[in-house]
Amino acid sequence: MILGYAGKFLEVDLSTEKIKGVAFDEHILKDYVGGRGLATKILWDRLGSKWEDIDPLGSENILLFLTGPLTGFFPGGRICISGKSPQSNGVVGSTVGGEFGIELKCAGYDGIIVTGEAEKPVYLSTTDSEVEIRSAAHAWGKDGKQTLTMLTKEGRDLLRTRFPRKGEWKEPSILYIGPAGENKVRTAVVAAKWTHAAGYGGYGAVMGSKKLKAIVVKGTGPLPKVADLRGVERLTQEVCRGAYQIELFRRWGTGASGYDTGAKTSSEPVRNWQEEWHDEKGYGVDKFENRVWIKQFWGDFGCPTTCLKIAIAKAGKFKGAITDNPDYELQAYLGPNLGIFTPEENVFLTSLIDDLGLCGIQTGNVLGFAAELVQRGILTREDMDGLDLRWGDAETFAKLARKMALREGIGGLLAEGTYRVALKLGEMKKKELLPYAVQSKGISIGAHGIRSGKDYPGIISYACSVQGGDHTSTAGLPLGGESELMTIFMDSGIYCMFNGFGISSNLILNFYEAVTGKRLTKQEWVKTKGLRILEMQRALLLLGGPDLKWNAKLHDDNPLRFYEPLSSGPYKGKTVNKTKFEKEKRRYYKAVEWDRNGIPKSEILKKLGLSDVDNTLERLR
Amino acid sequence: MARKKEPIWIARELSKCSGCRKCEIACSLFHEKRIWPEASRIRVFMLVPGVEFPHFCAQCEDYPCINACPVKALSVSRETAAVLVNIETCTACGKCIDACPGRIPHMHPREKHVLICDLCNGAPKCVKVCREGEWNVLKKVPRRGQSYKLYARTPEETTRDLAHKMYGEKAEEFL
Repeated sequence: MILGYAGKFLEVDLSTEKIKGVAFDEHILKDYVGGRGLATKILWDRLGSKWEDIDPLGSENILLFLTGPLTGFFPGGRICISGKSPQSNGVVGSTVGGEFGIELKCAGYDGIIVTGEAEKPVYLSTTDSEVEIRSAAHAWGKDGKQTLTMLTKEGRDLLRTRFPRKGEWKEPSILYIGPAGENKVRTAVVAAKWTHAAGYGGYGAVMGSKKLKAIVVKGTGPLPKVADLRGVERLTQEVCRGAYQIELFRRWGTGASGYDTGAKTSSEPVRNWQEEWHDEKGYGVDKFENRVWIKQFWGDFGCPTTCLKIAIAKAGKFKGAITDNPDYELQAYLGPNLGIFTPEENVFLTSLIDDLGLCGIQTGNVLGFAAELVQRGILTREDMDGLDLRWGDAETFAKLARKMALREGIGGLLAEGTYRVALKLGEMKKKELLPYAVQSKGISIGAHGIRSGKDYPGIISYACSVQGGDHTSTAGLPLGGESELMTIFMDSGIYCMFNGFGISSNLILNFYEAVTGKRLTKQEWVKTKGLRILEMQRALLLLGGPDLKWNAKLHDDNPLRFYEPLSSGPYKGKTVNKTKFEKEKRRYYKAVEWDRNGIPKSEILKKLGLSDVDNTLERLR
Repeated sequence: MARKKEPIWIARELSKCSGCRKCEIACSLFHEKRIWPEASRIRVFMLVPGVEFPHFCAQCEDYPCINACPVKALSVSRETAAVLVNIETCTACGKCIDACPGRIPHMHPREKHVLICDLCNGAPKCVKVCREGEWNVLKKVPRRGQSYKLYARTPEETTRDLAHKMYGEKAEEFL
C-alpha cells in the first residue's frame, strides 16, 4: 500500500452538479506521483484522443487541483493546478503556495477534478466529506482582496452554524479568481492569500470559463498516515537546517534580485527586454526593506524560508497599496520591464495585478510589448483608446491592466496574451510583430534572460521546455542534472523549489520514501517515470489546438529578441549564437529521444508503455 | 542535574508571526503523533492575509475556564501552572469556551473533549520550533505577576488590532 495519500479525489461536474469520489490504482500513483505528473496522466486518458478539438476555455476542458504525497509533509505547502492550458494549448503544471493542499488532504481528498461548466457563477464549498456547490452571484465581479474577505467570513459563518459547539473556527483555505479570470483573460491566475498565484498556464481563465469563482475547503482530520513518521521528522529537520542557512532567500526574499539581476547578471527584462541591464540603486532591496516592508518573514505551511515580505506603500499617491515584497518576478516585470524603478510604484502595480487576478509575469510581458509598439509608433494613441502610454508611467499601465482584466477596448486584445496579440495585431497592422514578443509557445518568458550567460537558464531552457517560457521549468542537460525531469518531480511531489535549494536529490527521494513507503531511485525517475511524463506533456503540447498549433522546427526556438545583441551593460554585445543553439537543441532532442522534427520517437514511447501516445502522434509524423 | 520545574508562561510577540504554522505541526506531532492542524492546542489564525498569529491559552490569573467547568475536568498543573484537561471527565459541553475571554479552548475534531495548551509539561514544542527558525514569536518565561489575562482575546479582536497595526485605516476593508 502506498502511503501519504488521503486515498480519494473529489470529482465535480459543474454542468450536472454531480459530485463523486474517485480513486486511482496504486500503480498510477506510483508512476505519476501527483500534481503535474498525475494531471498529465488524467488529461491524456480523458482528453488525449480528441485533444486538438478541446477548447481550453470550453466546457469540455478539465480543471485539476492536485496535491502530491509530499504536500503537508515536505516543508512549505503548495498545490498544482492544471488542465488544457489556454496559453500553450498543452498541459502546464502550475503550482501555488498556501494551505489549500494541506486543508484538502485533511478533508480526505488528494485533489479536485472539475469538469463541465456552471450555468451561473458558483463556488465549491467542502468541509471534510460534505461538498456543496453554492451560488457565487454576490462574489462575481469582486476583486481578489474583496473575494477573500467575503468568502472567509462566509466560510466561518457556515462552519459556526453547522458545528456550534466547536469553539472558534479557523478560516477555511480558499483558491479564487479575480475579474480577469471571470472574463477569461488568458493571463489570469488562480489565486490564494491575496498575493499567491498559479500564473503559468492561465488557469484563472479556465476557472472563469466554468463560472467557478472559488473553492473553499476546511479539513478537520489529520494528514494521511506516512510510512516512517520518525524519518519524516528527521528529514524535515535536515531540510529546515539547510534552509535556515540560505541567507539570501530568508533575509531578502527573491526580491533581492530586482537590483542584482539587472546590475550583476544582466538578465532582467528592461523595457520589454530591449535591455537586460540597469544599475538603478533606488530599486535596491534595501529601498524595499526600508520603505515598504512591514513584515519581513511571511510563509506558508511548515516553511522554514518564509521568503515573502509584506509590503505597503505608506505615503504618497499609492498609499495603501498592499502586496508581498514583491517577489523578483513581479519586481522585474512590473518594474524595469515597464521602465519603472521605484518601490512604491512597483508595490502599487503588483497590488493591482493581485486584485484583478492577473499574472504579473504574463501581464507585465504583454504591457511591455504594447509599450514598445507605442514607442515604435506601431500602436497609435487612437489604438490605445486615447491612453498616452509611456515607459515608467505606472498609472497609465494600471489603466491598461484594468482594461485587460475587464476586456475593454484595447484591453480585450491584450487579454489574449503576448503571442496571440502579436499575431492578431500583426495581421491588422500588416507588420511582423513577433520580434517584440518575448515568449515561447504562448507562454511569456520568466524574468531571467539568457543572453549574458550569467543567469541560471541556458540557451535551450525555454525553447525546449514543455511549459514554454515558464522559468520554473526549464529544459537542460544532462537529464540527471538540472533538467526539466527533476522539476517534474518537484511539481508532482509537490514541494517548493525555495526549500529544495542546496539539498541533494537523494534527500528529496528519501523524503518521498519516508512518506510513501516506496523506494524511488533517481535513475528510475530519469530513465522511466519522469521521462514518461515529459514525453506525454510534449505530445500534448505538439497536438495543441484548436486555435494554435506548434511546429517544433519553427517554435522550438528562442524569442527573436534573444538573438539581438545586449544593448547595454557589462555584457553589451553578447547574444545567443544560433548555430550553438541548434547544436545544443539537437543534443537535447537526442537525450529525450525526439526525432528531428521534435516529435517523441516510437521506440521510446513504446519502451515507456505509451503505445497509445505513439499512435496518436502518427497524425503529426 | 534536572532542574525543578517552575510555573512558566509563553510570552508572545504576535506581530512577528510568519504564518509558517510550524507550531501547529510540532504541537500536534507531540500530542497526537500526527500532523493535525485542527487538533493542535496552538492554532494560527489568518482571517486576513499577513495578519497571522498563534491563538492559544493565556493562562489567566483567575482561570475562568476552570471555574466554569461543571464536571471538574479542568485543573491547574502544580508544576507548570498550565490548564490540564482530564479527557475522561470532559463532556465537551463547551462551557469553558464561553467562559474564556478569548474563546481559546476548542473541541478535538474527532474525540469528545476540549483542547487547551498544557505547556508540554514545561518544555513547549511550539516555542522550540519557533525559536529554531529565529522567528521568536514565542518565548518561555517564568510565570510572574503580570496581567496575563490581557492576552486572552478572541481571534477577531486580535486580528483587528494587528491588522490596524500593519495596514492602518486600510485594514477596515478586510475586517
